[in-house]
Amino acid sequence: MKKFFSILLTIFVPLSFTNASKAAGHMEAEVIHWWTSGGEQAAISEFAKAWEEMGNTWIDTAITGGDNARGTTVNRIIGGNPPTAAQFNVSKQFVDLVEQGLLQSLEEVASAEGWRDFIYPPELIETCEFEGEFYCVPVNIHSWQWMWINNDVYKQVGLPVPQTFEEFLAGAPKIQEAGIIPLALGGQGWQESGMFDVVASSIMGFPLMQSIYRDKDLDAFRDGRFESVLNTYRELNQFTDEGSPGRLWNDTTAMVIEGKAAMQVMGDWARGEFAVAGQEAMVDYSCVIPGKEKYVALGGDVFVFPKNDDPKVKDAQLAMASMMVNPTVQAKFNNAKGSLPMRLDVDTSAADACMQMGLDLIQNPDAIMRESDDWNTPAFTAAWGDIISEFRNDPNYTVAQVMDDLEGVLTSGL
Amino acid sequence: MPFYRNIAAKIALLPMIVISLTVFVGCIIYSFVYSLTNSKLVPVMNYVGFDQYERLFKQRKWDVAVENIFIYGFVFTIGCLIIGFLLAVLIDQKIRGESLFRTIFLYPYAMSFVVTGLVWKWVLNPTFGLENSMHMWGMTWFELDWLVNRDLAIYAVCIAAVWQGAGFVMVLMLAGLRGIDEDIWKSLSIEGVAKWKSYIFVILPMLRPMVVTAIVLIAAGVVKVYDLILALTSGGPGYATTTPAMYVMENFFSRANLGQAFAASIIMFISVVCILAPWAFYEFYLRNKYANN
Repeated sequence: MKKFFSILLTIFVPLSFTNASKAAGHMEAEVIHWWTSGGEQAAISEFAKAWEEMGNTWIDTAITGGDNARGTTVNRIIGGNPPTAAQFNVSKQFVDLVEQGLLQSLEEVASAEGWRDFIYPPELIETCEFEGEFYCVPVNIHSWQWMWINNDVYKQVGLPVPQTFEEFLAGAPKIQEAGIIPLALGGQGWQESGMFDVVASSIMGFPLMQSIYRDKDLDAFRDGRFESVLNTYRELNQFTDEGSPGRLWNDTTAMVIEGKAAMQVMGDWARGEFAVAGQEAMVDYSCVIPGKEKYVALGGDVFVFPKNDDPKVKDAQLAMASMMVNPTVQAKFNNAKGSLPMRLDVDTSAADACMQMGLDLIQNPDAIMRESDDWNTPAFTAAWGDIISEFRNDPNYTVAQVMDDLEGVLTSGL
Repeated sequence: MPFYRNIAAKIALLPMIVISLTVFVGCIIYSFVYSLTNSKLVPVMNYVGFDQYERLFKQRKWDVAVENIFIYGFVFTIGCLIIGFLLAVLIDQKIRGESLFRTIFLYPYAMSFVVTGLVWKWVLNPTFGLENSMHMWGMTWFELDWLVNRDLAIYAVCIAAVWQGAGFVMVLMLAGLRGIDEDIWKSLSIEGVAKWKSYIFVILPMLRPMVVTAIVLIAAGVVKVYDLILALTSGGPGYATTTPAMYVMENFFSRANLGQAFAASIIMFISVVCILAPWAFYEFYLRNKYANN
């Protein structure tokens, strides 16, 4: 028996020593995120590389699907085993975590490095700041406001590339006659409501959208313009195909790339699909921000850092937060991701024509637009999205009924 | 029955009883308590009374979910029983290659619902599934748009579910049929009873235990159906094929609306109890009473 214990000791004592010596001066970080597609993985590995170059260890916990990843993060925080860092969207998704005191304040590093001076646009600061302290790191900007158009299709039918939804609707019957699907739309809730918001902002403009989505102003909601958005949305839906329900966004983008469909409304992450297919911006395909007034929406991703009793983890968290906003890391990360950086002093020389359009637009503060989930809880946006999705799929759901149901959500206090 | 009888067995059961009480009953109580709060992303004790229930019953989506679970439960149970029984009867005709057919029909049951869902998603998809193939073969009148038609999508789900479950019912029934005494068949043929009549009026009642087993097993799968629908339609088009279990999961995870999820799961629990209670009352109380008399 004595011998047995001595064997155990000889095995385990050195092991525990090596662990202890490893931990000093070297930090370990587990990061939960949902970037699993090719381009996304290339982007997150830029963070991992930078972190490892600092002599640290990166533990990658990639979970498919934002919902699943966020669910895992919350479960692990509540279960007492939080990750070092976790991805959320620029939104109200993590407000509860801040209010419950579950997130690490990053104020120390934020004020030391002057984050408030260089984070652009300043709206991003609002997302992360609670009672004067930073609780998240914005890493990029993604915008929904794009129509992706196959130029060949429009050449074939002899029409100019549409710049607004009205122009698109005018040309759609002609495209349909040519045997091409005018509007490629993936029939999943988030795609349907995403497109709806693009239609809404392009038709009624951002100020009105803000008074409805943010201020819950019922007079603005009922002044007739929102109804015209609903009507246009319904008109657009006549031009989709019957294979739409449940189709993934990238399969839908592929239809535009292959010329089976003329146009898709999708966020700027769609550009990656065109790039992978070897197409060139403004030559093979056009990216158009529809409407007379052009907006770029402030979607995107942030990282939060759950509180941990271990002081070493806090050091790692602050170090990582500072790394993520570093201009060199930002340039590499956003070039891989195809998103806009969260500061202006970043090298974006690799940007293509579409990305350049976004970069130019974002310099103009009036063109910056917020999204519903910047002001509203996930429960609100989901309830809203349910109605939009049902409106799209059920032709018997009248505009008047939808208006009443949406008003119900606006006044629900969700 | 005195308490100390079989005391050893009772002690042995104690851990299980403790686990059931803490895990099942404990979680039910926990869910109920938090269904009275406005918990969002994390559970917080912020009492709002029955607001969550009120909101739940106002949801068009919840109505659709409840309606769907009834349609699904009914069609799936009946479909499996009828098709399973028919297959069993056909195989029972002393056919050649019986074991091959048995394997083929039971095979779907070995698959996960996710696989079944994905397979049928491709078959029923109008743009590249069966409909498309038929069109390419020149049969342009052929239409199969169930999956994308909001009124019929739930039946498409039922088809996939029956396809998976019928083989299992077949095996149960076949075992029952094999247990029928040869003499009964002989006397039936002496009486000159038509074969279909003997199956329906004589043999089927004798298979009652098999039918009950099949119904219990199928019904247990109905309430918790989630994976099949998620793979096949993800609740769409719109939310036409959503179910109560999906509603709960959605509110739990993607919508960060815990209070609502708890309220919906409590309603699910109550409805299951409402269906089970009369049966349990009969099984554990009335039957004993009559047996003792």
